[in-house]
Amino acid sequence: MIGVFIKELLDNFRDRRVILNTLVFTPIFGPVIFVVLMAFMTQQATERMEAPLELPVVGAEHAPNLIGFLERQGVIITGPPEDPERAIRTEEEEIILRIGPDYGQAWNEGRPAPVELIVDQSLRYTGATVSRVRGYLNGYSGEISQLRLMMRGVHPELTRPIQIKVTDLSTPESRGGMILAFLPYFILITVFMGSMHMATDTTAGERERKSLEPLLINPLPRWQVMAGKLAATTAFALMTLALGLIAFVIAMGYMPVEDMDMALNLDLGVAAWAFVLVAPAALLAAALLTILASFAKSYREAQSYMSMVVLIPMIPSLWMLIDPARTETWMTLVPLLNQNVLILELVRGEPVNLAWVGLCLASTSLAALVLAFIAGTLYNRPKLIFTSG
Amino acid sequence: MIEANGLRKTFNKGKVVAVDDFSFSARDGQITGLLGPNGAGKTTTLRMLYTLLKPDAGCMRVDGIDPEVEPLKVRRLLGVVPDSRGLYDRLTARENIRYYARLHGIGRKETEKRINEFSQVLDMDEFIDRRCDGFSQGQRVKVAIARALIHDPRTILLDEPTNGLDVMTTRSLRGFLRDLKSQGRCVVLSTHIMQEVAALCDRIVIIAHGRVAAEGTADELLARSGESNLEDAFVKLIGSDEGLLA
Repeated sequence: MIGVFIKELLDNFRDRRVILNTLVFTPIFGPVIFVVLMAFMTQQATERMEAPLELPVVGAEHAPNLIGFLERQGVIITGPPEDPERAIRTEEEEIILRIGPDYGQAWNEGRPAPVELIVDQSLRYTGATVSRVRGYLNGYSGEISQLRLMMRGVHPELTRPIQIKVTDLSTPESRGGMILAFLPYFILITVFMGSMHMATDTTAGERERKSLEPLLINPLPRWQVMAGKLAATTAFALMTLALGLIAFVIAMGYMPVEDMDMALNLDLGVAAWAFVLVAPAALLAAALLTILASFAKSYREAQSYMSMVVLIPMIPSLWMLIDPARTETWMTLVPLLNQNVLILELVRGEPVNLAWVGLCLASTSLAALVLAFIAGTLYNRPKLIFTSG
Repeated sequence: MIEANGLRKTFNKGKVVAVDDFSFSARDGQITGLLGPNGAGKTTTLRMLYTLLKPDAGCMRVDGIDPEVEPLKVRRLLGVVPDSRGLYDRLTARENIRYYARLHGIGRKETEKRINEFSQVLDMDEFIDRRCDGFSQGQRVKVAIARALIHDPRTILLDEPTNGLDVMTTRSLRGFLRDLKSQGRCVVLSTHIMQEVAALCDRIVIIAHGRVAAEGTADELLARSGESNLEDAFVKLIGSDEGLLA
């Protein structure tokens, strides 16, 4: 069994393409995408909040006081494009304010004076600009209504029956964790990507090369052959995981965390915890992929199965994104989901709940061992040994 | 020493009968040839002997041991060169052989000693430390043979050993098989080439449609068929010339 293990490692380390793909690109892939994405998002957000707001206004002449207010707030009023609707649709402008000719009349009669914001709310990047313009308009509205009440001798506070005060208890770490919702996916995917090649090469590859038949004539039980292969695949997955985590820790140094007003708790200590948490998932991934690849007749066929399986660890991440529920005990019993929630807890800087870690490790290991056991019985089927017949 | 009695093996839930009521024996110190057209059941028979397939019926003994009962023990006794050589291209010839030695539990020193011996005998010195990627068929067969014999087995099964080999390599391979025989080993080879059995085998078992069509020495077979050359005898004994062109 150790012989099989060593040979598979040696054999695959000889393949430069595999090493490059599995041990270099895969670990770097996650952090790089992550950092680039985060840097881009925060840069956009800060630019939007700080840059002077340019606002094209249609019919500015109908509301000179409003325009004056906006200008005092630092808004740069520009002339409107010829066709406002088209300008929004073609994304030439993010937002256009239109003041109709009946604005003045409604104002004088004391009715709500209509102004129109032309936007495309399906374009998410315009959200910040739209809310800034709304903020200014609400500010003007509030100022005017207070003035009107005071002129009539009514205390303006009367119109504010309740006062809302939000006390934000999120720590910088927990805010970082929210944005990092996809971090667990990038970590989990490394064990799948890491074991993908090895699982294919040691099973479908061995069949395609027709070296499985001679191999199984050797005097060792078939489950031991499989165990050796699984061990090698798992070792590869663990290597990829370790490298991936290290890459993440390094990459965090380049993250513009200060700009985002949050601390990302991903130092070596957290990475070590994450490694422990995901380690049983490495065996899980290795066993799952090995089982699949064993049924494939060729390398190519196996790879087409693989590409689908790689989506599996994405399911819990997507679910967490759509329905970000609190961590509950049952979640720590579902393999892959439990790594997801616990890694999130870790990067949020929350204290490690040892019971949850235990449940997570136990449940994932159990699932992995069941799969490994199934894999171990596979070579008892003659169908999986011979390329034909 | 191999004895097989009434072997039967079917595939596809009994629809395809590969081997039926097949009996033969192979003695130590002899080369036994399984001769038959493609698809006659030679490979299936060998696979049952080297424990990769279980027969539906019948019994086998390798040096008195039943492969169905003690498969690991039988695999230790056998040296098998299957139809598919299955070398690992990214490993050198030496590493390929070393891998199997390790699976047989042979010590490191002993392994290196034997590899060097095989390298000499099979004339592999030139490529023993090169990666198998790009090896010729002849080189591959040599590595596969050395790999299969690394644990010094008493009984040796070869499936179509000379497939794809040139004349010179075939000649030297035959010489090597005769050496094995003179060491008192039991050598069984399957082939569809008549010249091969004529040149090499002490006993010939002719297989057709999964059954034994005839059995004996080359001379016995000629006498039985009443033909003057082995090719005609072969056609007559299996009842058709089907598969001979392949």
